[in-house]
Amino acid sequence: MLLHDTAIIYGRYLRQSLRSRFALLFGVLMPLLYLVFFGPLLTGLPLGGRGSSWQVLVPGLLLQLGLFGALFAGFMIILENGQGVVERMRVTPVSRLALLLGRVLREATVFVLQAVLLVLAALAMGLRAPLIGIVIGFAFVALLTVSLASLSYALAMKVRTPQEFGPLVNAVSMPSMLLSGLMLPMTLGPRWLDVLSHFMPFRYLVDAMRDAYVGAYTTDHMLYGVLVAVGFAVLAVTVGTRVFRTAGA
Amino acid sequence: MPIISTASLARTFQTRRGPVEAVRGIDLTVREGEILGFLGPNGAGKTTTLRMLTTLLEPTGGAATVAGHDLATDAAGVRRACGYVAQSGGVDPQISVREELVTQGRLYRLSKTQAAARAAELARDLDLTDLLDRRCGTLSGGQRRRLDIAMALTHRPKVLFLDEPTTGLDPASRADLWDLVRRLRDAHGTTVFLTTHYLDEADALADRLVIVDRGVVVAEGTPSALKLEYGGSIGASLQDTFLAITGRGPVPADAAPVAV
Ligand SMILES: Nc1ncnc2c1ncn2[C@@H]1O[C@H](COP(=O)(O)OP(=O)(O)O)[C@@H](O)[C@H]1O
Ligand SMILES: [Mg+2]
Repeated sequence: MLLHDTAIIYGRYLRQSLRSRFALLFGVLMPLLYLVFFGPLLTGLPLGGRGSSWQVLVPGLLLQLGLFGALFAGFMIILENGQGVVERMRVTPVSRLALLLGRVLREATVFVLQAVLLVLAALAMGLRAPLIGIVIGFAFVALLTVSLASLSYALAMKVRTPQEFGPLVNAVSMPSMLLSGLMLPMTLGPRWLDVLSHFMPFRYLVDAMRDAYVGAYTTDHMLYGVLVAVGFAVLAVTVGTRVFRTAGA
Repeated sequence: MPIISTASLARTFQTRRGPVEAVRGIDLTVREGEILGFLGPNGAGKTTTLRMLTTLLEPTGGAATVAGHDLATDAAGVRRACGYVAQSGGVDPQISVREELVTQGRLYRLSKTQAAARAAELARDLDLTDLLDRRCGTLSGGQRRRLDIAMALTHRPKVLFLDEPTTGLDPASRADLWDLVRRLRDAHGTTVFLTTHYLDEADALADRLVIVDRGVVVAEGTPSALKLEYGGSIGASLQDTFLAITGRGPVPADAAPVAV
């Protein structure tokens, strides 16, 4: 039943995304700009890692894409709450977990599509990385999207107005981006910044993804990255499902 | 055995400004096949009661059964037995009427072919056939309401809950909707539980009225019995009767509807 319900909800929202292809392309614009106008600045700099500067930058840009896109996913549920769509679905016998999963898997699909576009552009700019590493990177982006979109939906179901939701999400997303070293490795900075960034779950994802991009699959970074990504996803989906079950208070 | 019965059903919301006792203890019973008018001024707790009876909102007190299923222990049973149309409706304006109807069928676990057939059948019954390929956002108020009701009837529920179904409709669409509700009851024996703050609607449509105010039931009976008891005579207007019961008038008919 869970699979059946998830597939139906997923199909509904995927068709919705396909209807607005423009938004899909627009989402890639910001990371693409970074790639084209910021990427070349790094090529000659010593970034401390193995591999080229593109192998450092691209994983960060992919996670940035996931971070911003998924965190703002909740706006859609605010719209749908106003239309009564969420309550209409919640009176049917449909699984509450499916109501969440169908939606967040749609987000994950959209972001993987966008990530593929971005990687293709990066290849043209000069990125060279092993295919397996790139695929592992997509898996990280998908997991991150599932987690953040779940939390975003949960938050949006609670606050219910865009006026409250927008500032809250901005307050979370900017520090998350800066503190996880998405743009440049945190190891380049002073010690206190490096330590602080370890409290950001995304730090572990970006480290693991950078290892994957240089073909190092059995490192400590990779282990921590997988543990954090999976743990965070389980937690976020649990929280999100709870909100779909009890919403309305 | 009544199809709906509640005992001290209550809901308190915790808000930043302290607790709000939206529903303070509702006792009522509804017989199978009855059209019940749930009448009360804005803020009386009508929507909150409906949302509890349809499993959308957990009660903070009391108990209820719907079609033999206990609200607290058998939410799945209640969901199979009832349909609900919120005041705001529940369709996406960007999606076609057909897609919404078919998806709703799939959410009620119909197969693809069953869902398509059911959508066509509902469209025929509710006069939506010509609109199937239109986007929901392009429908008129009356058409939208018929679609909302079609969605809620997908699984042939025993009980249909309608929250202020005619608020915002023009007079002709209101009359159509009243006919539709009567037809549903007469043809399928569907029990209809509808809220309204329009007295003419309650008078014309409901077999029996339950009047709520400030979260409790303040009177109940057939429209004529209420007029006799509170209005002074069977010829009294429901307006005067309502005033006598609640101590104030209902919301004027032209007040802007607030979706909650
Ligand atoms: N989710 C909520 N949180 C806090 N207060 C609420 C909520 N929903 C309804 N209320 C309050 O409960 C009371 C009853 O509301 P409602 O059931 O919508 O009344 P009605 O449908 O009869 O107009 C109102 O005072 C309303 O403000
Ligand atoms: Mg209401």
